[in-house]
Order: sequence, then structure tokens, then C-alpha cells
Amino acid sequence: MKFDTVIGLEVHAELKTDTKIFCNCSTEFGAPANTHTCPVCLGHPGVLPVLNQRAVEYAMKASLALNCEIAGETKFDRKNYFYPDSPKAYQISQFDKPIGENGSLEIEVDGYKKNIGITRIHMEEDAGKLTHDEYDDHSLVDFNRVGTPLIEIVSEPDIETPEEAYAYLEKLKAVLQYTEVSDCKMEEGSLRCDANISLKPAGQEEFGTKTELKNLNSFTNVHKGLAYEEKRQEQELLSGGDILQETRRWDDAKKETTLMRVKEGSDDYRYFPEPDLVSLHINEDWKNDIKATIPELPDARRERYMEEFDLPAYDAGVLTQSKNMADFFQETINEGADAKQSANWLMGDVNGYLNSNDMELADTELTPSSLAKLVTLIDKGTISSKIAKTVFTDLMEQGGDPEQIVQDKGLVQISDEGELKQIVDKVLENNPQSIEDYKNGKDKAIGFLVGQVMKETKGKANPQMVNQLIVDGMNA
Amino acid sequence: MERITKDQVKHVAHLARLSITEEEVDTFTEQLDNIIEFAEQLNELDTEDVEPTTHVLDIHNVLRKDEQRPSLDREDALKNAPDQEDGQVKVPSVLE
Amino acid sequence: MSILEESFSEIHKKLHNKELKVSELVDASFSRINEVDDKVQAFLSLNEEAARNQAAKMDEALGTEDTRGLLFGLPSGIKDNIVTNGLRTTAASQLLANFDPVHNATVMDGLEKAEALTIGKLNMDEFAMGSSNENSGFYSTRNPWNTDYVPGGSSGGAAASVAAGEVSFSLGSDTGGSIRQPASYCGVVGLKPTYGRVSRYGLIAFASSLDQIGPLTNTVEDNALVLGQIAGHDRRDSTSADVGVSDYLSSLTGDVKGMKIAVPKEYLGEGVHEDVRNRVLEALRVLEQQGAEWEEVSLPHSQYAVAAYYLLASSEASANLARFDGVRYGVRASEADNLIDMYKETRSQGFGDEVKRRIMLGTFALSSGYYDAYYKKAQKVRTLIKQDFDQILEKYDVIVGPTAPTTAFKIGEKVNDPLTMYANDILTIPVNLAGVPAISVPCGFSEGLPVGLQIISRPFEESTVYRAAHAYEQAAGHHKAKPEL
Repeated sequence: MKFDTVIGLEVHAELKTDTKIFCNCSTEFGAPANTHTCPVCLGHPGVLPVLNQRAVEYAMKASLALNCEIAGETKFDRKNYFYPDSPKAYQISQFDKPIGENGSLEIEVDGYKKNIGITRIHMEEDAGKLTHDEYDDHSLVDFNRVGTPLIEIVSEPDIETPEEAYAYLEKLKAVLQYTEVSDCKMEEGSLRCDANISLKPAGQEEFGTKTELKNLNSFTNVHKGLAYEEKRQEQELLSGGDILQETRRWDDAKKETTLMRVKEGSDDYRYFPEPDLVSLHINEDWKNDIKATIPELPDARRERYMEEFDLPAYDAGVLTQSKNMADFFQETINEGADAKQSANWLMGDVNGYLNSNDMELADTELTPSSLAKLVTLIDKGTISSKIAKTVFTDLMEQGGDPEQIVQDKGLVQISDEGELKQIVDKVLENNPQSIEDYKNGKDKAIGFLVGQVMKETKGKANPQMVNQLIVDGMNA
Repeated sequence: MERITKDQVKHVAHLARLSITEEEVDTFTEQLDNIIEFAEQLNELDTEDVEPTTHVLDIHNVLRKDEQRPSLDREDALKNAPDQEDGQVKVPSVLE
Repeated sequence: MSILEESFSEIHKKLHNKELKVSELVDASFSRINEVDDKVQAFLSLNEEAARNQAAKMDEALGTEDTRGLLFGLPSGIKDNIVTNGLRTTAASQLLANFDPVHNATVMDGLEKAEALTIGKLNMDEFAMGSSNENSGFYSTRNPWNTDYVPGGSSGGAAASVAAGEVSFSLGSDTGGSIRQPASYCGVVGLKPTYGRVSRYGLIAFASSLDQIGPLTNTVEDNALVLGQIAGHDRRDSTSADVGVSDYLSSLTGDVKGMKIAVPKEYLGEGVHEDVRNRVLEALRVLEQQGAEWEEVSLPHSQYAVAAYYLLASSEASANLARFDGVRYGVRASEADNLIDMYKETRSQGFGDEVKRRIMLGTFALSSGYYDAYYKKAQKVRTLIKQDFDQILEKYDVIVGPTAPTTAFKIGEKVNDPLTMYANDILTIPVNLAGVPAISVPCGFSEGLPVGLQIISRPFEESTVYRAAHAYEQAAGHHKAKPEL
């Protein structure tokens, strides 16, 4: 029996405003516990919320960038539940009139493109942070994060594979970063994802019972968790079992999902309109003003890079995945570097370095100007690609001007034919056996001889010239 | 007919995080039943085409600028906390 | 006569002429409290040291400053659901018995700017839920006219403290009649402003869409003076109206010639005590003699107001009172060893029965499957009630009737019957649902207990309310009667 997989994602993104959604406290991450709070976000008696305009505009911007219709009239509601990280014991959220609805996001997986529907985008306030002391059996609450503005982006159940889920998240993150409404740092919790997954017999209309996955703290874990759950549900169904409507937690150590709780009916949050806030009317002018602030989005930029710089689709895709990378590339080109070479460096050495050191571009000392100079030095033959790699490490770690580094370290490529010929002659003289081998048809001998020349010149010899000189010398 | 059952009263008390004794369940069930019966007189009115009123005032788009103001000192923020530890508010474990 | 029963203008004249010092005023206030408050029990906390220090400073500055606040030196009492920075604020709940606020209500900033003095915090029904002050988590305030009787509620302490001459004025809050009904029962002047007229920032919310803070005073003029200092737009309250504050004093012309008065037949019908009806009819004659005209009208949806109100107010309250969970402040039940029990024990020990009852009702009305039938239905009925008022106030300047159907009742008389208790507010509740301003002014007595006249007008027309109330008050003179304690 074959099954179709149905996946829906709920993504929470923190909006990067300076202050909280309903008070003037800072939203800065990482401050000492309970130093970014006031009577309003602590839910003291008698306090009232006042809506942050920028939070609304960022939510609107994200909604527009995700092709949503913007509500002409929207409002906030109270979602009631008790938990120590929720000071008022209700969360101010949006229930029946979200700011954005009916959006979509195009993803590409293994060469096919697909639109994933976005059901709704609504604004709400974040909760505080709880830590647990298992030994002493209590929990501690830090209220700094309380009231940080969030948007919740709910997808349609259009996602059919864990790979599509991954691609959706990558794309969503890119759009939110391009529009500069969120940092989307999963490690700091500014982007969080819950996933719903169910299976149904292939072709069947009606959905099966879904489970909800939590604790998915990276895109990779979303993928792993969904893949695990897909298999688990399939095995359960094949063995004649039932899927229960439950919340499951991804255990990254054990690489499995474990039961958190079985849902009994739906939660009764007793939503009702927030009487402390008034409604929001969004007219065409306001909407257009916000629309005008949306920059070129990843898809458009990818198309442009392909056209303008003649880059392959794959390269343009990788470069435009994050706004930081795309901007860096653009600036490198603006500094006069060759597009394809710059792309190769960014996709290869730079990305490799970032991945192996778990860093972001901004964390390194590399600048578009230094990369452009490096690329140009290679282009002009001033240094070899091999030498360039040692300069590159310096640029990433210490920064500086590549021309200066090459000068200071005496790394300029030797391209003087006379000088090279002297060295080649000396190497040939010392290695008669290799000449013999070459003449007996062993081409490998050339490689050995080039290596010897490189050794003599500490790698600075122009490799093409050395090659030619050796061949010429042996044939002479 | 009962408008609210004892089980509902218990459920509502749980939602509202109130512990009530069996005796209170009886009293509350009777009193709430009376109040709800009283409230049901509203059904005499046809409100099919009536808009609900959340606010009597015709005010909308009340917004503030995204500007920081000083937060409370931690000492003040925690001054009223019944229990605290390491600058955080201490509560019984949220893990079951 | 206690100096605190004199009007603000008299007091200010004496201060100006150096016949009186601010410290003497404060002295008078605390002596009076010492003398009568064990009988009246209007206060929950006193601010004695700070008030005396402030008074001494004001006396030193007397004569050196050209301009003084309009409430300069006046001793005031503040209902204990109005948050006062550094002064214990409990909303008369055991749950908040130890709450020491780190912020101030906006109205307190207004009073500070006007240089009024805070004498203490006033008793009330817990979280403003009640009509008799018997729901205080501490003790019941008593009616200064007869201490076997309730002062009304929920601003019972606010009304009783002014009636007993303990303070010059007080601030109360009104969600369904909580200023006007006790003002009526205690024979003082109490105004519920238009919704949005006075900032709710720092008022411990009962029902956010209905609550308003307002003044209780000996006279209409004093009332207008206080309102002028606390009214106005506040950026911290999104439901505060950006409408200019009128010069209320200038509206006290005494002239009501041609004023059109509507008298709803529902306000003089069944359930309204005969004496109350007669006092109101007498008051109408007084106004008539001054040139006003009155006609009987109908507010057809009045009878539904109480039901709609209890659903709406309780629903909002169920969420507003959820924050009292023992986590960040308040008295936490100590014996609970898990989270759920901590919540439940804290709230069950901290809240009184009436508060629990309304939280339960509100939670039920909002719960899944009942929202449309109860909460939303009540919101729609609210629309109909508001339309009743809009239509009448299109043709008439004010609506006049009694504030409450009866005079004060005996302590303990209605305490076991919530529905009968709720019926006390039948004439005040529609005003909150409509969001319009209304005042209660003394209009005589029934068996030694005061009767209040309610005057209602259009949104933001407190001036019209005051004009009518002042003209009546000056002609009738009932405000001069004071209880003997």
C-alpha cells in the first residue's frame, strides 16, 4: 500500500524592531535576565498595551512579500492560557482577522518548481524564557523576551515531502531576510518551526490523523524529524495501527520523535477581541507605502544574476539564497572582479570556510573589496590559484589588502621566462631518470618535474609556463 | 433543563485555574445556572442583522513609534515576586 | 462642619489668605479618619508620612510660588484599584495584600501635577465586583448615614470617605455603576465620564470596555474641577480619546433654560421604590422651574442591559484577572508543590466568592461552543442599547432618572443572592454599555438615607451633565446635608 504525505508548517519569526510590540522595552537578544522588562510586559495590574507601528509594518511587509492579501481591517484577540512565561495569562494574538491571508511561496526541489500556499500570517507577542532545574524540581522565568513581536506564518498542507519542507523553510527564511523584517536566527530562537504531518492512502481525498512535531531547532532537524515521522506513521499504518492526534518532540540525540502529549479535542483558548486595543484600518496608501519598501526578492535577484552575469542557474541560486551572500557577491562585482570567478570563490572556498567554522559572512574579516582584489590578482596572473588559497585564509581571519599581503610575503608569481628556464634546466639536469621515463611514454614524469620546480620556487612559479618549459626542455 | 452541569462547572474551574470543593461545585452550579437562565432572556431579541460592539468609540490605528525607553531595574522588576533565584522568577517545575 | 466638607474654592480662599495651612488640612483629614474610620472603614491603607511631609513642603513654598495646581493641598482618597507607585495597592483582594507597585496610574500623575495630596487607599468590592462593598477581601465599608447599611459599591470607600468628611474628594471607578450607585447611597456627587475620557492606564482592569475612573465630591463644582485634572488623551491607553478637555467650570452657569430632558419610563417603573420615584419627580420639577423641559421617553432595551452586562463584564474579567497567578507578584499559596496546584491554590485562596463566580461565568461564556450564544449575543445587544441612547440623545440634551432603584440596603441583606444584588445596577449599567457620561447628585432622602439623581448626556458632553447637575444642586441644596457620625 502506498501513502501520500501531507505536511503543513507553522513558522514563528521574531520581527527585528527595536522595541517590543506593546511596550518600549528593548528586544535585544542576550541581555541579563529580567533587565528588559517594564510593568507593561510583566503584566502588572492596570497596565495597557500600545501597538508598535513598525511591528505592524514589518508584518505587512512580510505578508506582501509572501503574496498575501492584506486585511483592510484587522484587530487583535486574547488567547487565554496559563503558563509562567505568559505574564497576563493570555497572549495578544490575532484570531479571525489576520493581517495577511492567501499567500504563496514558490519552491524548487530537484529541478521541479512548486507553489506552497500560505494560509495566513498573523501578529502576536512572544512569551518569556523558561529554564528547568531538574535536580531541584523548579523552573525559572526570564521575561526579557516577553512581548517581542512575532509573525506566525501558517502554510497550507501543500508540502508532500521532507525535502519540500526544507526547501520551503530555506525560501521563507530568504524572503524574511531580504525584506529585513527578521534575523531568522534559529539558534537565537528568532525563527521557530512546528510541523504537522499526516499520511493518507495514495490518491485519497480525506486527510489522515496528523501529529504535530516540536523542538525542531534547525532546518535539518525539521527534515530529519519529518522523515522519521513519515516512516513511523507508515509502519504504524501498515501494521494495522492507528495514528493518534498527538504532539511529538524531536529528540536530536536519539534521532527519533517521542510522545509529548496526546491531544484531547482542541484546546479551548477562549479567544475574544482584545478590548485594550483598537482595530487597525489599512488603506491602499499605507499598503503601497510598505510595498515600495520591499527590495528585490531572491527569485528576482537570481534571474537577474543569471542574465546580467551569465551565471548558471545553480550558481545564481546558491548566491541568492541568503541576502548577505547575494549582497556580498554584488558588491564584489561592483569592485570590478570577474563574476564567474567571484561566484566560484564564494560558493567554494568562502562557503566551505563558513560551514566548517560554523560562521556567517559578517563574522569574518573578508570584504567585497578584498575578495575582488584577490580574484583580480589571479586573473592578471600575479599570483597562482594555489598561492591565492593561502592569501584567502589570511583575508578571512586577519583581513587586509591582498596586494599588500602578496607583496609582504613575496608571493608574486614568477612569470619571467629567463628566470624560470634557469630553474627548469637545473631540475632537468638533476633528474635524468625522469627524462628517460618521459621519453618511454610515462607522461606522469612531467608532474613530478613540475613539482620539483614548485619546490624550488616555493610554489610561486607560473604553472603553465613551467609545464611548457619542461616539455620543451625534454624534447630539445 | 440544566443549563450548566456539575462537570461543566468543574471543567470551567479548571480552565480558570480555580480549585473548588464539591460543596462549591454544587453552589456554583446552582448560581451559574440561575445567572445563565437570566442571561437567556437575551434570546428574546432578534440580533441577526446587528453588529456586535467591542468598542463604543470609533477609534482605530492607535500606534506608537518604535523607540526605546528605559526598562525597570531588575530589582524593581522582581520586587514583588513571591520567589526568585539568580535574577529570575522561581516557580514550581513546568515539567510534569 | 469639617473643613473637608467645604468646597475647594472656600479652602483655596483660606489657604490664599493664610487662614489655613496645607498641613492643617492634612491634619484635619487624619484626625477625622482617626475619629470615624473605625466605624466607616473606608480606608485600606494610609499614606500618612508622605502626605504630611508633602504638606509641610507645600506650606514652606506657600507664597513663594505664583502658580498653584488647581487641586493644591486638597486631601484625596484613591480607590484601591488605582495603582499608586510605592503605595500598597490591593484592589481589596487578599491575593494582592502585599502588592507594592512600581508604576503609577496616569490619573495619579494628573493629581500630582494639580498638587493634590494622597491620604490613602480606599476600600471597595474586590476587583470592583459588587454593589455593596461586602465583597471586599478585607472588611466592609459602612454607610456614614447609617452604619448598619451598605455604602454601595464597588467604590464604597470612595463615596463613604467623602460623605464622612475624611477627604476633600476621592477617585473611584465605574464599570456598571460603581461610582454613581455608592455616590447615590452616600449622598455625594459622583461622575462616570465618557468611555475614553479618562485614561485607564493604572486602573486594575475589571471589564476593559466599560471601566472608567471618575471623581466623587461634595459638590458638582468640585467634581468638575477634579475631572479637569484627570481627563485627557493618554498615549499609554489606546482607548483614550484624542478629544480636547472642555473648561468644565465655565459650564456651571446655572442656566438650564430650554434644556431638553428625556425621562425614560423604564427608569421610573416597576422595581423603583416609591420614595425614590418621588424624589426624582421633585427634582424634575426643580429643573422645570428653572426653565428646562422634560418628556417621557423609552429606552426599550433597558431590561436586557443587566444580562448583557454580566456576560460581557464577566468575560472580560475572566481574562483580566488571569494575571493574578502568583508568579510575578501577589500572595502565592505556599503549600502547592506543582505548577497547576500553585495556580489553583493561589487563586482559590486569594479570590473571594463573587470574583470566582464572575470568573467562572466569564470563562463559561467564552468557552468553545458557547461564545456565539452568550458573549457575541451580548455584544450585539450592547449595540441595540447604545442605539437607544444615541436616538434619544439626538433629540434631548440629557436623560434624567434615579441612579439606583432604592436607597442603601442593610449589610448582609442581599449577600447570598447574586441576582438580586445585580438588579441594583439596572439603572446605571446601560450607561456603561453605551459609553456615555453620567452623574449622580443628591436629591433628597428616604427614611434618612440619601437618594441620587442620575443625569446622562452625549459622549464627551460632561459639560452638559455638569451644567444640569449644578443648576439642580444649587437650586435644591441637598448637598448641604451631612451625616452625623
